[in-house]
Amino acid sequence: METFTYYPGCTLRTKAKELDTYARAAAEVLGISLVEPENWQCCGGAYTTATNEVSTKLSAVRTLMAGKETKGLVTVCSACHNVIKQTNYDIARNEAMAVKVQRYLGLEEAYKGETMVYHYLELLRDVVGFDKLKEKVVNPFKGKKIAAYYGCLLLRPSKALAMDNPENPVIMEDFIRAIGGTPVIYAQRNECCGGYITMEDKAQAAKRSGAVMASAEEMGADMIITACPLCLYNLKKNSGSDMPVYYFTELLAEALGLKEDGNE
Amino acid sequence: MNKNEKDWIDITSGVNVRKCMRCGKCTATCPSYAEMEYHPHQFVYMVEKGDIEPLLNSDSLYKCLTCFACVERCPRGVEPAKVVEAVRLTAVRKQGNNHLIPDQIPAMLDDDMPQQAIVTAFRKYTK
Repeated sequence: METFTYYPGCTLRTKAKELDTYARAAAEVLGISLVEPENWQCCGGAYTTATNEVSTKLSAVRTLMAGKETKGLVTVCSACHNVIKQTNYDIARNEAMAVKVQRYLGLEEAYKGETMVYHYLELLRDVVGFDKLKEKVVNPFKGKKIAAYYGCLLLRPSKALAMDNPENPVIMEDFIRAIGGTPVIYAQRNECCGGYITMEDKAQAAKRSGAVMASAEEMGADMIITACPLCLYNLKKNSGSDMPVYYFTELLAEALGLKEDGNE
Repeated sequence: MNKNEKDWIDITSGVNVRKCMRCGKCTATCPSYAEMEYHPHQFVYMVEKGDIEPLLNSDSLYKCLTCFACVERCPRGVEPAKVVEAVRLTAVRKQGNNHLIPDQIPAMLDDDMPQQAIVTAFRKYTK
């Protein structure tokens, strides 16, 4: 059993419990041990690209350092993943940033991006392997047309995220195939859902999330999956569509027989 | 034109705005295009010219979703979202200039609103 550091983030403890619970349950079945660091802090939700700002990046560095003790750091939430990977990318390339962080946190040695960061989907692809996952599926999503929604945070900026081709990604579609479903490719799968604009401009959030859902429905999707709590919120509450929206970990758990519900 | 402000924005963004070749692809791909008074290509161009005051006072600063579509798709690697971020920070770092205050939050919430939305909005709109 391989051990990884697992960072849930704030939303997975509250509004997105399904994203967290099923990620943990599935990891156990797939032979991955996930260890949560003590006293972790919120990642901040958004990475600032400002070169002259360091304090808003410190919590991500603390999390990254916790990941040094295991084979790598695993995140599930798209936002945490984005913030942590961008921090890791920048600190590895920016000596001044690394030194500033070192002094700020009183570290004996500067952290320079040594930790390997995996999104849970990358863990499935690169550590478990989609072939092995397929073998463990007891409850396949046969005949189900499933639209993968990447949004913006999983893929961009691709230099830092380095997860998949930012314009023609395949990782979630490969995941859907592994659990027995049929992936649906549609135009809006890597466009923004509106994100945090829902706080002050519902109309804009409705326009963006509505466009995503309409695009997936047009291509014949039965359901749509995401890794992001805010995408899920916008697609469910603001889009005006009633097509089911799930976290990818819910489908994973169902396919592995870890979640009651049945998919026919 | 405030030379210091322009220099500070260049330092904050880390972007060389002079690389822009005015193709407009950033604006064409921006999901907030219709909501913006100044569009991503205008942020780049106006910062290059030092015409920053109108940007600092525009609501366009708070329409950017930080989705990085413009960053990814710019054929010259200009990274317009980083310019927008630098102008936004220049605005909200000034005392009393926060775009969002905690007292406004309760009215924006419902039972399903994820914490992620709140912390992200605070990171983007306040200092």
